[in-house]
Order: sequence, then structure tokens, then C-alpha cells
Amino acid sequence: MITAEKEKQQKTDEDYILEVNNLKKYFPIKGGILRRTVGHVKAVDDVSLNIVRGETLGIVGESGSGKTTLGRVILKLLEPTEGQIVFENEDITNSKNRKMRDIRKDLQVVFQDPYASLNPTMSVQELIEEPLLVQTDLSRKERLQKVEEMLDKVGLRKSDQLKYPHEFSGGQRQRISIARALVLNPKFIVCDEPVSALDVSIQAQVLNLMADLQEEFNLTYLFISHDLSVVKHISDRVAVMYLGRIAEVAPKKAIYEEPLHPYTQALLSAIPTVGKEKKREKIILEGDLPSPSNPPSGCPFRTRCPQAHDLCSQVRPDLQDVGDGRLVACHLYNEK
Amino acid sequence: MYQYIIRRILIFIPMLFFLTVIVFALLKAAPGDPYSRILDPEISAQDLEDLREAGGLNESIVVQYVNWVTAATKGDFGESFRYVGRDVSDLIMSRLPNTIYLSIFALAITLIVAIPIGIYSARNPYSPLDYFATGFGFFGLAVPNFFFGLVAIYLLSVKLGWFPAQGYMSSSSGDGFAAFIDRLHHLVLPGLTLGLASTASYMRYMRSEVLSVLGSDYIRTAKAKGMTERTVLYKHTLRNAMIPIITLFGFEIGALVSGAVITEGVFTFPGIGMLLIESIGTRDYPVIMAITLLLGVFILVGNLIADILYSIVDPRIRYD
Repeated sequence: MITAEKEKQQKTDEDYILEVNNLKKYFPIKGGILRRTVGHVKAVDDVSLNIVRGETLGIVGESGSGKTTLGRVILKLLEPTEGQIVFENEDITNSKNRKMRDIRKDLQVVFQDPYASLNPTMSVQELIEEPLLVQTDLSRKERLQKVEEMLDKVGLRKSDQLKYPHEFSGGQRQRISIARALVLNPKFIVCDEPVSALDVSIQAQVLNLMADLQEEFNLTYLFISHDLSVVKHISDRVAVMYLGRIAEVAPKKAIYEEPLHPYTQALLSAIPTVGKEKKREKIILEGDLPSPSNPPSGCPFRTRCPQAHDLCSQVRPDLQDVGDGRLVACHLYNEK
Repeated sequence: MYQYIIRRILIFIPMLFFLTVIVFALLKAAPGDPYSRILDPEISAQDLEDLREAGGLNESIVVQYVNWVTAATKGDFGESFRYVGRDVSDLIMSRLPNTIYLSIFALAITLIVAIPIGIYSARNPYSPLDYFATGFGFFGLAVPNFFFGLVAIYLLSVKLGWFPAQGYMSSSSGDGFAAFIDRLHHLVLPGLTLGLASTASYMRYMRSEVLSVLGSDYIRTAKAKGMTERTVLYKHTLRNAMIPIITLFGFEIGALVSGAVITEGVFTFPGIGMLLIESIGTRDYPVIMAITLLLGVFILVGNLIADILYSIVDPRIRYD
């Protein structure tokens, strides 16, 4: 119901709120007695993405595919190794300290684990108030009023604000995290697996809350998840990551109905189906995710790809536009 | 909170009771009694027996215990056998301040050295200073107190002559500020020795606590709010990292005073530790009992302080 309206909105122009160009994040591997760098874990390897204002871009991928690292690099919680991050037409790749702090007003985050991401020795009020304290000149009274407003928005009671995080359930804590992220009126929120630590019934509540808030505050989400059903529920577009690279980006409808990349096809075939839905043929992938410190030559997916051919081990496929707003990095679609 | 403190103090009563029973029983189990060390060869067996009768040693053990405890609750631990005519409580009070100064000095060194280095080590893990601090930490934990004390005396006092090797003040210390400096000067070596092991362990604790807090998600959250490194460090990291440290701190109070026994012995520093050693050597039972009891009380009080501090730094703990 919400998505229909948003689709209309996004097709009007190409107003990118965030552009990521050739972003790389390599973690050094230290070894030997002198702890010299003996190699790199290529957690994010040459990723380019554009995010349209007001949309939700879902990022899916299995564990170790680099999706969380990508989120953290975009937030500048990790320094990128290479590449460029442009937020609101401003290059923030090398912004530091004061400048970065200003940008954080508009660039917020909800982390995966609501048990660990809230400081256990601070009350809810202090937790939500703190961003205002750091970023604004509001008086104490104004700040506390905003805290109450935010609590109300995320469905918590006023009387909850003097409690500590451990007194809440997982879903309630995630609501606190969301209130904390939203209190500064940000424009862009990185949601790093915000519901994967929650019960399924609570997941739906939190997702719906996030969708409602998105509409109300005109937020843009980068929604990271390994759960394809969750991503399907909330996203407008979906990007599939494999081994630090993007395999495929497409509007939600297209990717779920007609996946192009063999990896996407395999992923989607793994979603459990219920009852009358037509049974998909399951594609079982052989082997494990290769090591990101020593990725295969050519296409990173070729070691497990059922349709790999000679070219795949020689040339790394680039992300190609195949029309209808779809991009795919696979040699199968190159010829045309 | 107040109720909790009162309840905790009430629990002291049975604990102290057991403590007195144990102290009393241990000394009763030791061979000999105070009169067996009277070396006068002229004394007759009858006179000795009369002395025992007069001293109450022929009463049943329960009566002896009750007599001792009743007097002790009034602060009367009897007279010292060695310093004839001197009250035990008097003797202890004359020595206790020295031990307290020594403990405070050692604690101050511990906190001033261990906490900043621990934080630095955690923020710069595997840096040269971190390796050095780790090395020092193992050294401090591995080297026994008395050995470190002896080496310190040999090097810093005998060879270099920087610090006095014994005593708590010079005979010609003057007064006012000069006397204070003189006292401090005498505290340096015993203070370092006493604080060595706890400095090492605090440093290790601080390092691992800060390191684990720095890796937690809520520190990332705090950074994402746009806070400066400093604010994140003081407001979020230290507040959480200090919780276990403060618990340790309470136990440290008891441990320092009992640890002072050995250190004071090495430096012939006239505190209650030294007094205890002397009293054991001369079977001065009333003094031994009183000091053992006092050390027990210090440990109990230290624990209480730890629990109270704990509830202050960690708002999740509510005692009610």
C-alpha cells in the first residue's frame, strides 16, 4: 500500500541522496613475528550504488558477503580504502571530525542487536536525548519534549523514559534504537539487519513501524538483511551482494519475479514456500563461500555457479545495465 | 538503598561472631599460654597455677570466650603481655595510622599508574607501550612482594641512597611541611612494594575492560551520534569499563591492609602489620587476636563499600 505511492515518487527524477562510487574496504591480515601485512580481506570490493531520495534499497547477501561492512563504510564508522561516497551532492569520503559530525545529523543508523547497541548504564531518556545534546542547541526542556514525542512516535509510553534498556523486550529496545536514530530528523538511515535479532511476530511490527516513519519523515533507507522475505516486504529496489561485490541490482518486483544472476536465482529458490504457492525448483549451491582474502579469478561466483563457462574464470564481469533499471554482473547477459 | 546498607551492616553481626570464634579457637589450639613464657626460674608451680587462676585461664573455654568478647565489644582487648601495662587498643591505635597512610599511598600509586596505562593500552593495543605494560603486568604479578621489597632496598636505598630503607620518619624530621615530606619520603619504597601487584592486576583489568567496551555496539552507536572521541571515551566507555574495577577496589581495601603485614615486615615500618609479626614472635595473644579481628573487619567493610559503589556506578543494580 505504501510502496505504490513511493514508486510513483521515485520515477519522477533521478534525485540521488547517496552515491557510492567504486568503494573498497580492505582489512589487512597481519601475520608473522613482526605482524606485517601479509594479505587483505576484501570485505567490500569495488561497489557502486545510487540511492534515490525516499526509497528503500535492500541489500541482501549471505554471511560474509560484506553487506554490514558496506553499511559501516557509508556511515564512515570505518574508513574506506578506496572509492568515493557522495551524500547530498557532497563528497564525504574524506570528511572528518567536525564536518563529519555535522553530516551525522542527516545520516543515522539502526544496528542489528538491540541488546548490545544501547549503553546499558543510560536510561531511555538519556539515550534518546544524547544526540540532541551533541548536535543541537535546544534547551533541556525542548530536548525532553522531543524525547517524549519520539517515544510516542515509536509506540513507547512516556513512563518508559526513566527505565533502563535491560527492562525492555527486544522489540521495544529496537523501538528505542529507532527513536534514537530519528530524534535528529535525519534524511538517510542505514538499517543494519534491524529485525534479524527479533521474533518473527515482532519483526513485522518493527518493519511496519519503520515503513510508517519513512512515510511520515520522508526517510531514505539502506536496509541490510540476509532475510529475503524481510527485504521483499520493505524494499523498493534490491541489491544482491556476493563476496564483497554487487551481483545484481533491480526493482523489487523484477528481482523477485525474474532474477537474472545465477546467484540471485539460487538465493530466491531457497526461500521456503507455503501451501498452494507454486513450488520453485530448488537450486542447491555446491561448496562454501570462497575466502574474501583470496577471491577466485574472474567472476567471484564462478566456483559455485551452475552455468559457469570458460570466460567466467578469465574476465571479471562488470555491473551492466540490462534495461528496466536493472543492473547485473554476469557474462550470460553480456552478449546482447 | 539506606535499608540495604542497614541490612548489610546487620549481616556483619553473625559474620563477626564467626570471626571471633575462629580467632579465639585458633589461639586456644596453639600450644602454651601467656604464663608459660615467664622465664623466672624461681617461680614455683603453685605460683604459676595461682597466676593462671587469677588470669581466668582455668575457667571453661566458653566462659573464657564470653569474657573476651564482652570486653572486646567495649573496645577492651586487655593488656599486652609484652608491653606490660599497655592496653592493646592503645597499642594498635598508635600503629594504625601508619598502616593507613601506607595503604592510601599504595592505593594512590595503583590508581594513578594503572588506570591511565590500562586505558592507553586498550586504545592502542599491540603498540610498543602496550607490550611494555603487559610485560610489566606479568612481572608485577609474578614477583613476590617481599622479594621486590628487598631488591628495591638494595638498589634504591643501599646502592643509590635515594630513599630510606626503613622506619616511617627520620629522627630529625623537623615539623610542618618538612615533616610531611619526610614521611612521604619514607613511604615511597614500602608504598611501591605494596602497590606493585595490585597496580599490575588493575592495569590488566582496565585494559581488558576498556577493550571489550570499545568493541561493543553501543560505542559504535555513540560514534554514529556524532560525538567526539573524548566524549565517547569518558561518557560511554569509562563509565561501563569502571564497573568491575570499582568492585575490585572495595576488595582492595581489605587486601591492602593484610598485604601490609609482609611489606611492613620487610621495611620494618611500624604499622599494625609489623606489630602483628612482633606479637606472633612473642606470643602476645591479646594483640594477635585484636589485629586479626581488625583485619577481618577491614575486609568486611571493604566489601560493603564495593557493593555500595557498585550500585552507584551501575544504575541497573537496585538494592531494595
